Amino acid sequence: MKLGYYPGCSLKGGSREYKESVVALCKRFDITLVEVPDWNCCGATAAHNLNKELSLSLPARILAQAEKAGFEEILVPCAACYNRLMVTAHEMKTQPALGQRVKEIIGMEVSGKVRILNVIQLIEKYLLDKLELKMHRPFDYRAACYYGCLLVRPSNILQFDRPEDPETMDKVIRKIGGQPVEWEFKVECCGAGMSVSRTDLVAKLSGKVIDNAVYRGAEVIIVACPMCHSNLDMRRPDINKYLEKKTDIPVLYITQAMGLAVGISEKELGLHRHFVPVRLPEKGLLTDMPGEELEHQQKEG
Amino acid sequence: MARIGVFVCHCGENISATVDCAKVANTIAKMNGVVHSVDYKYMCSDPGQTLIKEAIREKGLTGIVVAACSPRMHEPTFRKATSEAGLNPFLCEMANIREHVSWVHDKGDPTTDKAIDVVRTLVEKVKKNQPLEPIRVPVTKTALVVGGGVAGIQAALDIANAGHKVIMVEREPSIGGHMSQLSETFPTLDCSQCILTPRMVEIAQHPNITLYTYAEVTALDGFIGNFKATIRRKAKSLDEDLCTGCGLCTTKCPVKKIPSEFEQGLGFRPAIYVPFPQAVPNKPVIDRENCTYYLKGKCRVCEKVCPTNAIRFDQEDTIMEIEAGALVLATGFDIKRADFFPEYGYGKYKDVIDGLQFERLASASGPTMGEIRRPSDGRVPEKIVFIACAGSRDPAKGIEYCSKICCMYTAKHAMLYKHKVHHGEAYVFYMDIRAGGKMYEEFVRRAIEEDDAKYVRGRVSRIYEKDGKLIVKGADTLLNGRPVEIEADMVVLATAGVASQGAEELAQTLHVSYDAHKFFAEAHPKLKPVETNTAGIFLAGACQAPKDIPESVAAASGAAAKVIGLFSNDELTREPLVAIVNRFPPPYFSTCVGCFMCQPVCPYQAIEKEQIKDRSGKVIRELARINPGLCQGCGTCVALCRSKSIDLYGYTNHQVYQEVVALLNE
Repeated sequence: MKLGYYPGCSLKGGSREYKESVVALCKRFDITLVEVPDWNCCGATAAHNLNKELSLSLPARILAQAEKAGFEEILVPCAACYNRLMVTAHEMKTQPALGQRVKEIIGMEVSGKVRILNVIQLIEKYLLDKLELKMHRPFDYRAACYYGCLLVRPSNILQFDRPEDPETMDKVIRKIGGQPVEWEFKVECCGAGMSVSRTDLVAKLSGKVIDNAVYRGAEVIIVACPMCHSNLDMRRPDINKYLEKKTDIPVLYITQAMGLAVGISEKELGLHRHFVPVRLPEKGLLTDMPGEELEHQQKEG
Repeated sequence: MARIGVFVCHCGENISATVDCAKVANTIAKMNGVVHSVDYKYMCSDPGQTLIKEAIREKGLTGIVVAACSPRMHEPTFRKATSEAGLNPFLCEMANIREHVSWVHDKGDPTTDKAIDVVRTLVEKVKKNQPLEPIRVPVTKTALVVGGGVAGIQAALDIANAGHKVIMVEREPSIGGHMSQLSETFPTLDCSQCILTPRMVEIAQHPNITLYTYAEVTALDGFIGNFKATIRRKAKSLDEDLCTGCGLCTTKCPVKKIPSEFEQGLGFRPAIYVPFPQAVPNKPVIDRENCTYYLKGKCRVCEKVCPTNAIRFDQEDTIMEIEAGALVLATGFDIKRADFFPEYGYGKYKDVIDGLQFERLASASGPTMGEIRRPSDGRVPEKIVFIACAGSRDPAKGIEYCSKICCMYTAKHAMLYKHKVHHGEAYVFYMDIRAGGKMYEEFVRRAIEEDDAKYVRGRVSRIYEKDGKLIVKGADTLLNGRPVEIEADMVVLATAGVASQGAEELAQTLHVSYDAHKFFAEAHPKLKPVETNTAGIFLAGACQAPKDIPESVAAASGAAAKVIGLFSNDELTREPLVAIVNRFPPPYFSTCVGCFMCQPVCPYQAIEKEQIKDRSGKVIRELARINPGLCQGCGTCVALCRSKSIDLYGYTNHQVYQEVVALLNE
């Protein structure tokens, strides 16, 4: 199966391991990702703080390009890109005059037909039903699933999961053999774009997230957003300074956790690229998982 | 030959500012059959009405048209005047040249021409009007009150004290409703039980009141003055005549750990139980879902210990039919509960409770005998956070409305807590303080100023538990949205007030309209607040919208006054503007073919099947018959009837046709 795909800048730069794991995971499930041709920046935080028309036109062009390329559905792994694309599609649909203006600016047609999938929706829609056959070893860890803000809010536009207490990632973790922990900071702010300008603030906000996850006994934090990941992972020295203790809980993308469960190598998943070393204790290694053998049998039979 | 009189009103300047009233009167005067046509400044005034009456008498008019405002307000006025002049009131029609003409168009000839057209159509219609007589129906002077909370109690007592019979139906084992659960009431802090229980006893002892507890209304037939209700009395497993209410069975019942509904789950009750010590009637029922005998077939301890052998395990539900002339619905409200607030940990943390639970904690008869102790470990909380608007005014939670009672009871809770735990700290998170009401604002100020409740304006985003404390994260919007974190021992959520469980089904059973939130709908939000759209069914209390005690009681007395007014008549008259299926002498009987397509579309269940039998008693035809007592004259059946066999008095097909023809033939 082929699926349209908009990586955005993070996946090409700072969060290469997210892209690597998304691509590897999709490959494992026989999905080929095809990049939207000639894509551009989604505008992220900068555009919608400065200019509304710009902030809508940038994502609108991406949607137009996807439409032109004939995609009915595109995967947008980055939560910020996902949010901007969803908001744009919503604004253009609900405000026809504004939609018309945006179309004039980009000089392209946007019909609004292209469906936008975030990475959890991809997993739920295409991967979960085939998971049992591909399972290699359970991801047998206590995981704190961290949703952040952009994946679930504004809830009336995104219409994804319960905005104050989301649970879709927790379900996925349970499916791959993990134990999601009950914790309180799953939708708190990580500090987001303040990472560069106010690192101290990010250390404080992300620090509280890390602290609560550890306090609730998590062995690993699971994310689906490059921004969350870089704050929780790259800013760990600042976080540790704020918390006045040395935390070493690793932060994994949901695709990496799932990749491990279906037997993709750590290298392929880019686990070595994290700042906080991923040293998960060896457990749950089951040699008799049905995994590849079953799959093999099915292919032959 | 028709002799029609036309009376054109100026309505001060409301009409004459844009319509040339004299021209209207003069033009209409030339119409065929019009023998009298005048204009006047205020037709509804006494001189105006006299103009009409005199013209009817002097010119021998056979029909009149008053060209003025909408018939909503003054049609009764002019019909009364018509009747006083000796003409059948239904020979008077109104042409609306105010709302339909003068108010919506600019001054000018086209406007006057339109006014003329409107009057012309009505002149043609009134020529075809038939004298009609009001419909008379007898009245059963018994009221059925559904729900035994404070509103139902008030309505029942008011009606019973006026000398009419009342049947009260309550689905719980005892009457008393939510008010019996409350500790003290705002703004006077008088004890809820002390003011309510005497009234409950009065219900039980009143010679005019019959009380059925543990019972529900399952069906309703009939119409105003003549309802027939079906009541299902659930089996109490008890012979109530033999039971003395000694309570021995309830102490000996081996099943003891059933969460008590009355205590809001903070206390326990046995399987055979009286909901609370002051219950009326003070006789137990067996909860068959939890009783060992019904579950496993043995036990029967209650039967063994009962000194009067009153236990009846084989008792079955009884279905009874009663007749009533009016209904008062007082089924009350509920509050939102578990899983509504995952972010507040409600249902997960034992010490996050709702307002009703706090009432039980603060009540002298409650599970803690009135001491404020937190449910998890029984410790006295040092710090309580109260959260108002938990769900209310929150479109994201699907409840846009204000639950109205929470501001006041939250202030009361904070106050009661401070009165009982002097060194404790009470925080209140609020959006706005809505304390409209006699002595209400003063009460809230007292909570803040004298009892030192700390009010924080802002929402709470999350509550979580850490090291035995509940961390309440919120914002203080009066301090520029500064984040606030409070380590509390207990949190009380003033969850939204919602329609009572089963309200929708009941509304459908009784054919009463209800709103998007399943609250029963009043007939008019301002002028008919206790009436429903179904004649003879009235509303009292919080089944209509969240209401506090004074408001519920006021509404209940209002509903009772309406019922008493209704019962002051031996028979009722209503406008005869109802639908009728045509009838002819045999052998034709009617053009109705008996398809009964009209039956399901009738919103009032007014269409019955009528059998026509020959002399030997054999059914030869089945026709639709419209019960004039039930029909509200909406005309849906007329539009639907495929053989055009139904007509609407006052708006017959013939009359409407004449109006259309008048418009076409200038």
